Amino acid sequence: MDFNTKFTPHTWPDHPEQATMEGKNKVVGFWIFLACEVVLFASLFATYLALKNKGPAGMEFTTQGLFELPLAFAMTMLLLTSSLTSVYAIYHMRNFNFKGMQTWLAITLALGLGFLALEIYEFNHYVHLGFTFNQSAFATAFYSLVGTHGFHVTLGLVWIGTLMIRNAKRGLNLYNAPKFFVAALYWHFIDVVWVFIFTVVYLMGVIG
Amino acid sequence: MSSYTQKKGFGAAVWDYITTVDHKKLAVMYLLAGTLFFAIAGFEALLMRIQLMKPNNDFVSAGFFNELLTMHGTTMLFLAATPLLFAFMNMLVPLQIGARDVAFPFLNSLGFWLFFLGAVFLHLSFFMGGAPDAGWTSYASLSLYSPGHGIDFYVLGLQISGAGTLISGLNFIVTIITMRAPGMTFMRMPLFTWTALVSSALILFAFPPLTIGLLMMLFDRMFGGNFFDHTMGGNTVIWEHLFWIFGHPEVYILVLPAFGLFSEIIPAFSRKRLFGYSSMVFATILIGFLGFMVWAHHMFTVGLGPTANAIFAVATMAIAVPTGMKVFNWILTIWGGSIKVTTPMLYALGFIPSFVAGGVTGVMQASAPLDYQLHDSYFIVAHFHYVIVGGIVTALFGSAHFYWPIFFNRMLNETLGKITFWVFFIGFHLTFFLQHFLGLMGMPRRVFTYMEGQGWDQFNYISTIGALMMGVGVILMVINCLMSIKGKPAGRDPWGDGRTLEWSIPQPIPFYNFRQTPLVRGLDPWWIEKQEGNKEVTFAEPLGDIHMPNNSAIPFVISLGMFIAAFGALYNPDADKPWSIYVLIIGLAITFGAMIARSVKDDHGFHLHKEEILEIEEHLYGKGGNK
Amino acid sequence: MSSHDTPIVAKSQAQYEYDRHHNAVHMRKQVINFAIMIFFTFIAFAVVAADFSKYLIMPFVLLLAGVQVVLQLYSFMHLEDKKTHFGGVIGFFMWMGILIAFTFFLAFLTIIWW
Repeated sequence: MDFNTKFTPHTWPDHPEQATMEGKNKVVGFWIFLACEVVLFASLFATYLALKNKGPAGMEFTTQGLFELPLAFAMTMLLLTSSLTSVYAIYHMRNFNFKGMQTWLAITLALGLGFLALEIYEFNHYVHLGFTFNQSAFATAFYSLVGTHGFHVTLGLVWIGTLMIRNAKRGLNLYNAPKFFVAALYWHFIDVVWVFIFTVVYLMGVIG
Repeated sequence: MSSYTQKKGFGAAVWDYITTVDHKKLAVMYLLAGTLFFAIAGFEALLMRIQLMKPNNDFVSAGFFNELLTMHGTTMLFLAATPLLFAFMNMLVPLQIGARDVAFPFLNSLGFWLFFLGAVFLHLSFFMGGAPDAGWTSYASLSLYSPGHGIDFYVLGLQISGAGTLISGLNFIVTIITMRAPGMTFMRMPLFTWTALVSSALILFAFPPLTIGLLMMLFDRMFGGNFFDHTMGGNTVIWEHLFWIFGHPEVYILVLPAFGLFSEIIPAFSRKRLFGYSSMVFATILIGFLGFMVWAHHMFTVGLGPTANAIFAVATMAIAVPTGMKVFNWILTIWGGSIKVTTPMLYALGFIPSFVAGGVTGVMQASAPLDYQLHDSYFIVAHFHYVIVGGIVTALFGSAHFYWPIFFNRMLNETLGKITFWVFFIGFHLTFFLQHFLGLMGMPRRVFTYMEGQGWDQFNYISTIGALMMGVGVILMVINCLMSIKGKPAGRDPWGDGRTLEWSIPQPIPFYNFRQTPLVRGLDPWWIEKQEGNKEVTFAEPLGDIHMPNNSAIPFVISLGMFIAAFGALYNPDADKPWSIYVLIIGLAITFGAMIARSVKDDHGFHLHKEEILEIEEHLYGKGGNK
Repeated sequence: MSSHDTPIVAKSQAQYEYDRHHNAVHMRKQVINFAIMIFFTFIAFAVVAADFSKYLIMPFVLLLAGVQVVLQLYSFMHLEDKKTHFGGVIGFFMWMGILIAFTFFLAFLTIIWW
């Protein structure tokens, strides 16, 4: 099948992301990659749990003193909503509505940027309090876990942004449909990880 | 004359290999790179054995001995055994499932170059201020305080080559799931493909903990992190856990494809269907699963407590059950077969008792109380060398003989092959059998010398003689390989006993593998066709255009960027090297630039037309086509 | 055009409208799932803010997180879609990863030596 075939809403296949061999491989491969990421984050989570509130004698910072629920709640809402907006983007992709998809992806990007800004503010705030990366084992584990998630968010933003710009002029075809689809999968996965971060790090941190 | 049939100049050939995405060429590159690192690590082993030949020897210094043992272990596992098995997986998996290439040819090339440049980076440590010296396990309580940059080379080199291995593993999984030819159901896949699938799944789940462990080591050594520093609340046991969560499955990552290779060799030369195919598949999956649940048996003496030790002891012993199933299935495949003792079969026959010996000593160590006695002694060294040399190296040598015609359309010399086998095999048992007793007599592992008069002298001397014999065996093997260059073309199915699809392809294999996608009608499809008197497999499609991927230099550039960036990261903590940050930035810029170039430029591959296919086939096989 | 590709066919008007409707209904379900997830998040934060017993909160918020993840995987990420290519194999790999992840938590909470 020619990747550059022009489509109309009537000829656009039901599952455009899996209409070509390359697309099928990409979707299966990306899911398998996400299974690998599960284990990657599990290693970080497990280490965080092992080192939670561990530090040198007389360490002043603990999860209970440090974390604030309103900030975590705001970040959670931003990221959860961005997950829904990327579902909207894929909905429009399947309906061959390129404009709709780009719009919803742009909203997703904006929400993701908001999340990232809050995270940077949070880290900056902690560092000003004296809770630096080198301050204790707990600090190292916290920044590594949440920072790795933040790095994933950044990569996701760059990825989706690049896709939007690259394809802005040419619209949807069977070559880029799988790309948009797996980028959305990645974004959902970032949200899945965040669900555990806000539960395990923030909520369970506040109760100690 | 089309561009496919033209002879290439030297420069063009090199460029072709750097940019290739063809799984067969990448397999050859893995084979060469793996052999190179196998030779280096083997040489390191010989130096160590010469040092230990007599008591109070001063052939190498204590510090250099530590570097040798670290690099021997690290290189053999990550940079020799893994790529050599990847060579076979890359070559055979697409051919066995009837595919024209892997699922992601671009990633295949990227995986190779990351592995290779990571490996080169690690080995440059010898010339740049000393190699890593904390053992291949690099326990944090030791490695955090290792002076110089040795451990940093270990961390960054393994991070890069590990990423390559992970990418390749993922690629094999997707290839096997989605690229099978019509009729090739999961339960008709050759056993080597099955083991490649399970082993790749283990790579997928085992390498992330290593990545995280290495990242933590990186943070601790270079950025003042506190993961493993107990004075700051850290915990050094975390490294041990992460390392062994990776390290134990790593053993199965290596040994399962070796099992798969023997499961191809044994039925071929017993000329009998593999006994208990479905139980073999089941055992493979079970070994893969249990392999993840036993890592703490490497840590019995850490002091995890009797409950944890008991759980991990029982789980470890349970692995003997599916492994035993496999051994019995191999024996029952040979039983009553029409056996041809060729060189590959000889290796298979040598493998079974050697590997069983290694397995039995493994079960001994699985009982935690006994392990307290055996831990860190030469008994352990003997055990894992029986598993790795007796299981994996025999598989690699045997299948090199078996599959040489698939790789190079040449046969290896059988007489020399059999001589090689006996020299290597006797040398192997001479080296390692006695080390069991050295261990029981109390000789600790990882010591650079020992005092005389402890009853260890004689056995160490004999062990060194055995190691030299193994060295001679490897040299004979290499000579055999080099001699094959002058050999005659082997042609299709040269053993006459091929069972699976890879033997059905005319030689030399065209770069698109299958002119027409084969239709698989059962287990051992080529055997079925031969039984029915067919000269050709049944095709699933008429002759038509073939879609193939484009070559690309981007994987090499991405990997090169990482290679450069690693030097920047390595020297970054040094106060007297302010330029290092720029090296890091330039390296990462090259990598990300190449990635963006890849995503911006469309890569649709190309179509090979019917006429071109016919022209290529005429060029390869002469007029009249496919003979 | 290889045998693995889906042939391109123009849909009839009726089929087209049916598919559009189907997608819209599906999207509505996704929004409902989203509402459930937001609701769960609210409850999770609320029980922590309300300062209930630690032994109630811990299992409760973990359960909510688990449900949210399953919703994300099966609804938002389309794992429930029967037409997903090799969806069963994908699900197997994901759950295998989750199972292995679980052993890490167990080990790191029990046997790191204190």
